[in-house]
Amino acid sequence: MEHYNMNLNLKVWRQKNSKTRGEFKMYRVENISSEMSFLEMFDVLNERLIAEGDEPIAFDHDCREGICGMCSMYINGKPHGPWQGNTTCQLHMRAFKDGDTIVVEPWRSNAFPVIKDLVVDRTAFDRIIQAGGYISVNTGNAVDGNALPINKDKADASFAAAMCIGCGACVAACKNSSAMLFLSAKVSHLALLPQGEPERNSRVLSMVAQMDKEGFGSCTNTGACEATCPKEISISYIAKLNQEYLCASLTAE
Amino acid sequence: MTWKQMFTSSVGKKLTMGFTGIFLILFLIVHVGLNACIWAMDDGKMFNKAAAFMGDNVVPRILEIGLFAGIILHIVQGFMLESFNRKARGKVKYAVDFGNKGSKWYSRSMGLLGTLLLLFLIMHIAHFWVPSRITGLAEVSYDDKIYHNLFAEMKTVFTNQQYGLVIVILYVLGCLSLAYHLAHGFQSAFRTIGVSNKRYNKMITSLGYCFAIIVPLAFALMPISFYLGWV
Repeated sequence: MEHYNMNLNLKVWRQKNSKTRGEFKMYRVENISSEMSFLEMFDVLNERLIAEGDEPIAFDHDCREGICGMCSMYINGKPHGPWQGNTTCQLHMRAFKDGDTIVVEPWRSNAFPVIKDLVVDRTAFDRIIQAGGYISVNTGNAVDGNALPINKDKADASFAAAMCIGCGACVAACKNSSAMLFLSAKVSHLALLPQGEPERNSRVLSMVAQMDKEGFGSCTNTGACEATCPKEISISYIAKLNQEYLCASLTAE
Repeated sequence: MTWKQMFTSSVGKKLTMGFTGIFLILFLIVHVGLNACIWAMDDGKMFNKAAAFMGDNVVPRILEIGLFAGIILHIVQGFMLESFNRKARGKVKYAVDFGNKGSKWYSRSMGLLGTLLLLFLIMHIAHFWVPSRITGLAEVSYDDKIYHNLFAEMKTVFTNQQYGLVIVILYVLGCLSLAYHLAHGFQSAFRTIGVSNKRYNKMITSLGYCFAIIVPLAFALMPISFYLGWV
């Protein structure tokens, strides 16, 4: 792929903290390499802002390998930008042309309040996981991997759900700000495995209850989440979640 | 867990929408089947008799109570979900919003399509259900038995000199709203009640599109048939 440099206009959401009102600010960045990642482009801009005595733009990031789920920018109207099945940190500047104007916003949802600039508070997801996204086992020596036979198809389906990195792009894309794709991945991941079986019913009920407390909307199966998910989690897990919920709530005392 | 908790969670509310939606889909099959009797070309005899059966027999009458309960539940819950979901985004909206890429416009517009259907339903009930059940209809006699002439009422409504064309257009638009509402609603209802098997989902999606085309088309052809004098 041919390397090129570009000059860009960035329209970035700036917000001091969760209490203040935010606004868009325009920035000009020059000589950006097409090989850079989107976050590296922000690093270049921030270096300059610091050198000029300005406040750098706050954004979430950690592994920069597309697996931690920390990066969370809404780029040109799409969570994680224009590429399919991709995180912001893995979005490279070759996705843009010289002279482009790029609009960068934080995730927008009541359940994800803006902390600063492009950083949102996603601890709602942590609380949902704490409500039931685990299995209870007494730790000791590692169990022999072959001691518990697991159907290959189910193991694969479980793994595909476990791919969810909890970035919140599904909530950001959904017109209802629903967290159902995230929740369905977490519930299905464990419901499909024998290790998850003992807490299967209580897990789905507690996690749904916690999700509702956090103020996420309700799913209407539009499919926007599936289309934008960087890990391409299938919407069929939402149907699986509904099934788990129906069975658990019908049999609960 | 109480029944109330079960049906008031975000997933529970959707279960109500899904189950009532499927019940209403079943009703549409009965409704379109019975109404298709207008095309028996016997000046409405078969249709009037079928309508009389539905009006007199105890089973359809009991089901009618369930139908009204189902429709009201679907409408009220639908509006509540729509308003709740709109608020969940928060006060600040996206400046550029292509986040819904990958979703169909009608899947995002179920609230709007449902509202149009509600308006259509009010007109439709006023046209036929109210005269048939409350205010009374002209009568016709077949084999020494008196029947309501609902067929004649349809003819009067759809071939009205002044407003016939407007009413026919409104009915066709109502059917179009129904088609798009069903195009998403049919398969979404099954997903909502937990059908997650890929093989079934494929079948339900195809069946849903077929249903969403055939049934509203058959309904739309009814006022058109009267207006153009095909029956």
